[in-house]
Amino acid sequence: MDKPRRADTTPAPAQSVGAGPSVLTAVRRRYSLLTTGDKIVLGLMVGIPTILDIVFIWLPTVASIGLSFTDWRGVGAITAQNWVGLKNYIFLFTQYIFFWPALSHNLIWLLFFVCIATPLGMFLAVLLDKDIRGSAIYQNVFFLPVVLSLAVVGFIWELQYAPGSSGLIDGILGRTSQTNAIDWLGNPSINLWAVLVAASWRHVGYIMILYLAGLKSVDPTLREAAAIDGANERQTFFHVIFPVMAPINTVIVVVTVIESLRAFDIAYIINHGKNGLELLSTLITNNSISEANLIGFGSSIAVVLLVISLVPIIVYLSRVMREQAS
Amino acid sequence: MAASSGDNPGGAPLPDVAAAQVSRRSVLKGMAGIAGAAGVSAFLAACGAGATTAPSSGGGVPAGSPAGGGAASPAGSARGTGQVTVGSNNSDPAPHKGMDLINQAFTKTTGIQVKMNTVDHNTFQDQITSYLQGTPDDDFLWFSGYRMRFFADQGLVTPIDDVWSSVKSNFTSAFATAVTGNDGKVYGIPIDYYPWAVFYRKSVFQQHNYQIPTTWDDLITLSQKMQKDGLIPFAFGDKDGWPAMGTFDILDLRLNGYDFHVALLTGKQKWTDPKVTTVFEQWKKLLPYCDSQFAGLTWQQSADKLIQKKAGMYLLGLFVSQEFTAAGSPSDLADLDFFAFPDLGTQYDAEKALDAPIDVIMMSAKSRSLQQDMNNAKAYLEFWSKGSTQLLMFQQGTGLIPTANDTDTSGYTALDKKAVQIVSQAKKITQFLDRDSRPDFAGANGMQSFLAKFLANPNQDLPTLQSQIQNFWDSLPPAS
Repeated sequence: MDKPRRADTTPAPAQSVGAGPSVLTAVRRRYSLLTTGDKIVLGLMVGIPTILDIVFIWLPTVASIGLSFTDWRGVGAITAQNWVGLKNYIFLFTQYIFFWPALSHNLIWLLFFVCIATPLGMFLAVLLDKDIRGSAIYQNVFFLPVVLSLAVVGFIWELQYAPGSSGLIDGILGRTSQTNAIDWLGNPSINLWAVLVAASWRHVGYIMILYLAGLKSVDPTLREAAAIDGANERQTFFHVIFPVMAPINTVIVVVTVIESLRAFDIAYIINHGKNGLELLSTLITNNSISEANLIGFGSSIAVVLLVISLVPIIVYLSRVMREQAS
Repeated sequence: MAASSGDNPGGAPLPDVAAAQVSRRSVLKGMAGIAGAAGVSAFLAACGAGATTAPSSGGGVPAGSPAGGGAASPAGSARGTGQVTVGSNNSDPAPHKGMDLINQAFTKTTGIQVKMNTVDHNTFQDQITSYLQGTPDDDFLWFSGYRMRFFADQGLVTPIDDVWSSVKSNFTSAFATAVTGNDGKVYGIPIDYYPWAVFYRKSVFQQHNYQIPTTWDDLITLSQKMQKDGLIPFAFGDKDGWPAMGTFDILDLRLNGYDFHVALLTGKQKWTDPKVTTVFEQWKKLLPYCDSQFAGLTWQQSADKLIQKKAGMYLLGLFVSQEFTAAGSPSDLADLDFFAFPDLGTQYDAEKALDAPIDVIMMSAKSRSLQQDMNNAKAYLEFWSKGSTQLLMFQQGTGLIPTANDTDTSGYTALDKKAVQIVSQAKKITQFLDRDSRPDFAGANGMQSFLAKFLANPNQDLPTLQSQIQNFWDSLPPAS
């Protein structure tokens, strides 16, 4: 087998020799420009991030996908008996009654952020960009919740939402008696919305500060030019400023999607993500990290969340790559 | 104390240490299915009867023994010194103070330092599996019943038959059963218990001239009276997910009996059984008299309603007294009383069954320092088996009744004495739904959520809900 192949391939280099030498030497010379030290540095610069990426991102991802086909409970070794095929997924999609609510809550979360919280944050940024009096104070006021962790935000809003006379909101609404009090966080048909308001309280400030930073960097001459051309405020914003802010807009969209998909802390703080506050992230935690320790089943939910997360990631990356290419 | 720990059947420290070495290795092997037989013999060795283990460990540990021997000698030479690490879920102020006092007393008596690692009660529970597999403390506080056996079956806990044999005379046989694993070995020292019952304020009952209900009809009549008097008949707070289980337990015990209840929680009976439907149906009749804001309230907030005389009754554990101590005055605590859940007119009323969970202290299997601390860890367990130790915790007003026979009961209040009485009169005792069943079944997105789903809409189709519960049970991996 070896001989004929060698016989086949040998003529080829021989034929290209005429054109080849200069190219080959050029290549060699280019490489020789790098010292051994350079090569080591380059190797480390490429190698270390690659290893980190593989060890901390790809291995856990692949491991999660693998575990999602098992019923491993986190104790002892994984044996062939742990292999259950698609059982976790079939149960998840067809019988686990908390899965579809969790998924729809995540989608509602995303829609609420995209349609209400994020535009509100952008609107506040545009207002604060006007150099109105006390702008710095407003900025701080709106940004303050961002400094707090969602766990603290959850705790603060628990006090506001407490039912009856002990809660601020029910107190203001005058619904303090046993019969007419609104149980904001306990009633499964309204608690998601109550939590969304609390989460938005923080998200709005975050978006505002990001967008404000972008607005500050817009070249003022653009506004002047637009004003000279007779554009009003609205036209200036939608036809001049907004398109110029495209990179920031992308960041805002990505941040919004990420915040929605990783929503967790606030629901977990309030009631461990049950009774109307199911989210994919809390289902994963409750099933795989809790005392339950159903690592296999929890992993299958994690894989579903991964697949959902891939959509915005791919959209974002393809957009970034297109920009780089052009 | 040092002497007595040395006198344990553990005897010379070396065999014990070697045995521990064996158990860790062999349990892992056993899990891997590589050396099942070796695992069994070594596991037996780990039960700690020093003399009998020597032969079997001789064969099993050649690789481990040098290290084991090396680690053992300092522990052996330093009897009564060194330290023991203890994982505690007693994070609330009163029990935390009790732990501190006990640790001080232990150090004073034995000279052994205690390194306590306190974790929030619910967090401790959530992390128990990774805790026991990772770097657990030598000794840790946990629950008896299925929840103890579940982890014992997985080899994450060290059997302590040697300690038990020297202290078992201080416990009744009921406690002995509660700390015995599926393999017949003892895995924990019972340290306290508390009954679940219907709590009320004597002054409120006197003021309105209420009578203690003994039948279901009495209970409903009383509830209706309370509503007329502007009281919430039953305080109820299920934000944490587990309190509702107490109601399910008592109704199932009264309607279907202890045997069915235990069989149901261990998977031997189906959740689709019509008997379970009757429990939910009965519960539906009680719900109009329960606090309608239950879903957003913690048990403490609900207890406050009892303290503030906004609610008339509260089905909870004796630990409700902690909130009376924390949020009320001493006179409030003196006003607290309870009665057993009324009879429902079935043959099972005679069992007088109730939830009376037992807390235990156990020895982990994978603690890095356990080889070195083995004798200290055993001494600490032994210390907990004394009434005088348990009393230190009890005196903090925790509502946790000591388990030891030699406990000085002269300081018991009328309420405490009644608690002891109601448990001793019960022919059957359960541990609580989430302690009598698989932890993966009873968790936040398991039974807690199913009960929340029922409570959110009690008029839903119950058989559908029941089949959803059964489906969830069926989906769980084999128990061990």
